[in-house]
Amino acid sequence: MTTIVSTSARRGRDLLGSRFAPVLVTLVLLIVVFAVGSSRYRGFASGQVIANLFVDNAFLIVLAVGMTFVILTGGIDLSVGSVVALSTMIAATLARDGWPPAAVILVVLVTTSTLGLLVGIVIHYFQIQPFIATLAAMFLARGLCYVISLNSISITDPWFTSMAQTRIPIFPGFTISPSVIVAAVVVIVAFVVLHYSRLGRTVYAIGGGEHSAMLMGLPVPRTKVLVYVISGFCSGVAGVLFTFYTLSGYSLTAVGMELDAIAAVVIGGTLLTGGYGFVLGSVLGVLLLGVIQTIISFEGNLSSWWTKIVVGSLLLVFIVLQRLLTARRR
Amino acid sequence: MKRITDLPKARLFWPVVTLVALLLLNAAVAPGFFSIRVQNGHLFGSLIDILRNGAPTLLVALGMTLVIATRGIDLSVGAVVAISGALACTIIADSPDPGSLGTVLAAVAVALVFSLVLGAWNGLLVAVFGIQPIIATLILMTAGRGIAMLITEGQIITITSAPFKVIGAGHWFGLPASIVIAGVMFAIAALLTRKTALGLLIESVGINPVASRLAGVRSRGIIWVVYVFSALCAAIAGLMIASNVTAADANSAGLYIEMDAILAVVIGGTSLAGGRYSLTGTLIGAFIIQTLTTTVYTVGIAPSVTLVFKALVVIAVCLLQSPVLQEKMRYRRSTTKAGALA
Repeated sequence: MTTIVSTSARRGRDLLGSRFAPVLVTLVLLIVVFAVGSSRYRGFASGQVIANLFVDNAFLIVLAVGMTFVILTGGIDLSVGSVVALSTMIAATLARDGWPPAAVILVVLVTTSTLGLLVGIVIHYFQIQPFIATLAAMFLARGLCYVISLNSISITDPWFTSMAQTRIPIFPGFTISPSVIVAAVVVIVAFVVLHYSRLGRTVYAIGGGEHSAMLMGLPVPRTKVLVYVISGFCSGVAGVLFTFYTLSGYSLTAVGMELDAIAAVVIGGTLLTGGYGFVLGSVLGVLLLGVIQTIISFEGNLSSWWTKIVVGSLLLVFIVLQRLLTARRR
Repeated sequence: MKRITDLPKARLFWPVVTLVALLLLNAAVAPGFFSIRVQNGHLFGSLIDILRNGAPTLLVALGMTLVIATRGIDLSVGAVVAISGALACTIIADSPDPGSLGTVLAAVAVALVFSLVLGAWNGLLVAVFGIQPIIATLILMTAGRGIAMLITEGQIITITSAPFKVIGAGHWFGLPASIVIAGVMFAIAALLTRKTALGLLIESVGINPVASRLAGVRSRGIIWVVYVFSALCAAIAGLMIASNVTAADANSAGLYIEMDAILAVVIGGTSLAGGRYSLTGTLIGAFIIQTLTTTVYTVGIAPSVTLVFKALVVIAVCLLQSPVLQEKMRYRRSTTKAGALA
């Protein structure tokens, strides 16, 4: 009798305590915040406002995807903001010198992936904390920006401008930019890799317990280095998308963007200790940050610093929530 | 003979070598580098400048050392720097008599007390709610700059107040006031943690919080104390920075100072894994970072290359201290010794 009661009680709790609970909370919050915005402002609940959420945050989505991989292994990558800036600088300089766009993008992606590879090697083989190693990479990438140029370089290449201006109509009143398609592809690939590949399982296993993963015979060293390569690659893609968005390269751009990416991942329900989280949650996290920014711009008289306070409070709510959920599981 | 070969194993060997090498490099390029002259009863010279400009970083790093010793980290110090500067400058600017000593003391007191609240908040999240320190302090790091901007209403607040200017740019006993303040804080921290059991308790919490609680150490209280102390140090550094430029800039005051401070602590040989710390190491680490900045100017490295140079030095020092390389060097030394015996 008691066992039946306890199992049914457990089943009721399972809905809240399931693997997807934090992501569901983010989704509900996203809908609630959007509903509040729609009820307060005329024209908020339009297809284009939703489409713009994706258009304005495409680069952040890609960045958050890379960050999710790193955080799932229990690491952290502080260098992504600087690497985005470095990518815009490389892209702008090469485009100015008349390189074909394909070559420009190739150089950017190879550079950022190589930087990620170096960071991964330093972290795994020299056993330096991810925090410190990526901090040094952050300084290095920002420094390389200054070496390239201290001034802002605008991009006039016709292909880049066309990418910035093209709008693809999905249905009437809902047009997206090419960047959104790129971001969507990155998210889908990341989702498939994380959930349906050996690499993805190893990533989760390392986050769950590096030692156990090693004892299980999983390729821990290779995977640990690879997540930083993925994060570097994603930063490069995000940097290219950012140039589509701003049509310029500037060494002081994207300062603090790593915090936005980390915040989006945490709000998306990924545990910073690793081993638990979903890439789709990170996308929801980015969208939630985007909706808040849209509300603040619709409000008009609210200043931009409120964004920081709201994001900080959201972080608090989600971290406490995660704490409660993990405590219950134990 | 044995002592000399053992030297590289000493904890502070590489940091000291780096600092000395940087100073010698400066002296080689600028011959008068080590000279200190007395002007109007105040000391002046490149070395004094390094000490003076390094004081805020040293203060922040001091608090950070104790936090890291408990296996924590405090990312919010940059935001606390901005908040304390913003609070003090706003109070002084809004008062009818910005130049009076009473106003300045009140402003400083309010800023410091508020920092205690911020530190207690971090402590609450870490010690009571048991949230990972890096995440718990990330909240204040993100929200804190927003709070600072809320205080200054997004403006850069400039003030003219002679007593406030003393904190960052004045002189006491012939020394720049900021050096005296940083020195006093360092002495207090050193005395409290090394002459009482506090340091031992902090280290025991860092090694194993559960075991130390079972052994009767009030680990919650200890964790609370280090976060409050860290916020207090950051607030004093914030007052120094605001006073030095006689303005509060909520956006850029103390930007990345948490990174500099953490680097100073790590370069100084304190392990991020907690459990052991060296205040002297932090002192050396903070001065290495400041000397690095000065070196860039004296050697005449183009400002655009500064950051790359800094990054490379940081990477080099971290790699030299990495457990793997230390292990390799020890191994090589022992094999050569064995070879000599045979």
